[in-house]
Order: sequence, then structure tokens, then C-alpha cells
Amino acid sequence: MPEQQAAEHQTNPVEEVEAFLRRRREQIAQRWADATLFRTVFTVSRDEAVEAGRTVVEALAAVAASGRVEDAEADGFAVVREQLARTAHSRARAGATLAQISAEMDALRPLVTDLLLDELSEAPAEHLRECTTALTVLMGTLRLVMLETTTIAGQELINRQRLELLEIATPVIKLWEGIVAVPLIGTLDSARSQVVMETLLDAVVEQHARIAILDITGVPTVDSLVAQHLMKTVAAARLMGAECIVSGIRPAIAQTIVHLGIDLSSVLTRASLADALAYALQQQGAHIVPNPASTVEAR
Amino acid sequence: MTHSTGSVSACLPIHSDLDLVRVRQHVRQMTAQLGFRLVEQTKLVTAASELARNALIHGGGGQMECTPVSSSGGVQGLRLVFSDQGPGIADLDQALSDGYTSGEGLGMGLGGARRLVHEFSIDSRRGVGTTVTVTSWTSRPPRPREAP
Ligand SMILES: Nc1ncnc2c1ncn2[C@@H]1O[C@H](COP(=O)(O)OP(=O)(O)O)[C@@H](O)[C@H]1O
Ligand SMILES: [Mg+2]
Repeated sequence: MPEQQAAEHQTNPVEEVEAFLRRRREQIAQRWADATLFRTVFTVSRDEAVEAGRTVVEALAAVAASGRVEDAEADGFAVVREQLARTAHSRARAGATLAQISAEMDALRPLVTDLLLDELSEAPAEHLRECTTALTVLMGTLRLVMLETTTIAGQELINRQRLELLEIATPVIKLWEGIVAVPLIGTLDSARSQVVMETLLDAVVEQHARIAILDITGVPTVDSLVAQHLMKTVAAARLMGAECIVSGIRPAIAQTIVHLGIDLSSVLTRASLADALAYALQQQGAHIVPNPASTVEAR
Repeated sequence: MTHSTGSVSACLPIHSDLDLVRVRQHVRQMTAQLGFRLVEQTKLVTAASELARNALIHGGGGQMECTPVSSSGGVQGLRLVFSDQGPGIADLDQALSDGYTSGEGLGMGLGGARRLVHEFSIDSRRGVGTTVTVTSWTSRPPRPREAP
């Protein structure tokens, strides 16, 4: 018996951890299933949580087998990366911050190191320390892998929101019979410009608009690409039989366009949306008559 | 003579449309902090947008380094260095001329950026890459040579 123990204690701590993980896979998975991270993600069935836990434990054992416990790129992690990404994504969608997800991941660690401590309670202190260190490092690496996928998931969320923004940020407003306006807000990159042009042309057709106003008060920068997009949109609207007015060119932007050397003379412009509307109404044959009473009051 | 004011310079990557947004926002913020007037802010931001997009589209991606500087007369300024490891520009005069584009742009970016800033220099080597350095000042640019 003492001999056998001595032999066991001579094993490499990482190998010992690997054997421990395989031996206690079920128990660890059961413990994890009740931890916040798994409980909140697998809300429908606990069995699913346990199954997910088993897969993670197996991956950890595979990483330990390769001896690369501190390497987030270790092949063993590949099989769980997608699962971890989905878990992180689900937590992020539920409103958890990166710090929270990290803490929840960290909470899985004592659930497995405690088991190891129990099992090796008889082992020499030195060996015990080496084994717990190896396991702690491995769990730390797992957390890193998880956080990496979280940041990627966050980036995907941003990309999706950006796509959604492309559509909602381009409302077409009917100002009058035959007059539509598109107030543009934010960056007019190529993708956004394409959406703007399509939305505007659709509106011209659907609403039989003769005049379309593109208001760029909310566009912070007009460089040559934005100007090119504006000119293209105006030309396309013209082909559809509508006149396009660009309004809301602020003084600083007007000066910049001139220095840039861009010739917007082919584009009908007005300083403000109100000016553009007044012009459009006039073109439509509508006359705005100031109410004498309010004029008097204003004075 | 100009020298860096000792403020840390920032280095921003230029690899996507989103990076262009960050570049513009950073330059806008820096010029506002340094006290540029709105028109001068807008000019430098627009020049940065052109040069960053050139680095992205023509240079295949690169970076912008942004450094606050001050002239010997104590005037504050901002220096922007756009660099890429792209194909370089074969004919600089042609590239700088209004309306020339090798792609589908307006061909106004490079020449326009030069008009929008106080100092402009370009270093391009075929097969090595392109570096464009621009500087603008919060007030009238210091004259390069003082009259005796
Ligand atoms: N960073 C760069 N690397 C390689 N070529 C460039 C770069 N910047 C500009 N050019 C060349 O100079 C031309 C003119 O640039 P620009 O005036 O910005 O016009 P545009 O970008 O609309 O083509 C480009 O079409 C391209 O051929
Ligand atoms: Mg350009």
C-alpha cells in the first residue's frame, strides 16, 4: 500500500489532473449544472446543463493530456469553443457584463478544485500544491478562452445592431402631397448610402413624390465619398422624375466642401429643412400666407 | 521648428469602415480639446477621413498616428501620420491632381486633403507603401521662413 501510494505520487501533476478530470467528470458536471453560469443559460433542462458540463470537463482533460494547461490555443479547447461562445452570448443577451461573465466562470473553479483537494487529502503537501496549481491554471485558461469568445460575440452583436441601424435610421417622412424628406443622421458610409438611395427611390415611386429632400444636418462629416453618394442619389432621383434637394449643410461643412474642391453646383441645396420645404411647396404651387394675427403678436 | 508637446500620441488601426469612424471621432475630439475653431476642426477631420480611406482602399489598410505638437511660437497643433504598406503611388503629381482616380472615387481626396490642412507631405515608394503626414494649427500657421 505505501509503495503503491508512493508510485502514484510520483506521477506528473498535469497527468494526475487529467486522470482526476476523467474520473470525476460526472461529479464535476453535476456541481457545475447548479452554478450560476450553467443555471442561467440552460434554463429549460438541468440535464442539458450537465451534458454541457461533461463536454467542458472532457475538453479540459484533453488539454491536460496535451500538457498545455496555460495555452488558450491548445487543440483541446476547439471542441468547446463554440459552446462557450453560445453560453457567453446568451449571458450577454441577458444583460450580463464581461466582468460578470468572468466572475461566473471563475465561480466554477472552486467547485472542481475542492473535489481535487478532497481526493488528494492524503498526498504529500508538495504534490498536492502542484496538482492544484495545474488545475487552477487550467481553469484560468478556460476562462480566458471563454472571455475571448465573449468579446467576439460582443463584436457580432455590434455588427448586427449596426445592420439594424442601417434600416431604422433611414425613415422617409411625407411632408406634403408629393414631397418626401429623409433626415440623415450619422455616418454615410457606402452600405448606409446604398440603403438611403434605395429607400428614397422607393418612396419616390410609392408616394408619387415629385420632390425629395435629403437633410444632412445630422451628418458630421462630408468628405468626397459622402459627396459622391449624395450626387449619385440626386442623379438617380432625377431619373425617376423627382427633384432632390440637399438641406442642412452647416457653414463649417460648406467651407470644407469648397476647400476639398467638390463641385456641388449640380445639386440643389438649401440651408435648412424649412427652406427646402418652403421651396418645395412653392414648386408644388402651394402658397404659404403668414397669418396676420400671429405676425402682429410676434412683434 | 515644431516639436511634440510631450502629450502621448495615439495610434489607431485602419482596417475597416468602422475604423474610419473611430479615426474621425478621435481627430474631432483631439482638435476640440486643443481649441481648434469649428471650421478648422471640420477641415482636419475631413482630411483625415480622406487619407484614412485612401490607406484603407488603395493601401490595403494601415494606421494613423495622432500627435499634439506645438510650434516654437507656442502655437498648438495636431500632426497626423497615415501609413500603409500598400502598392505605393507611381505618379505623385497625377495622384494629387483633382479628378484623377485609379478606382471609382471622385479623385478629390488627396488634393483636397492637401488644401484642407496647413502642412502636407507625402512619401510613397512603389511596393513599399505610402506615408502621408499632415499638420494643422489652432491659429494661423507659423510662417515657414521668418522675414529678416
Ligand atoms: N495610400 C495610397 N496607396 C496607394 N495609392 C494611393 C494612396 N492614396 C491615393 N492613391 C492613389 O491616388 C489616387 C487619387 O487619390 P484620391 O485623390 O484620394 O482619389 P480617390 O481615392 O477618389 O481615387 C487614387 O485613385 C490612388 O490611385
Ligand atoms: Mg481617396
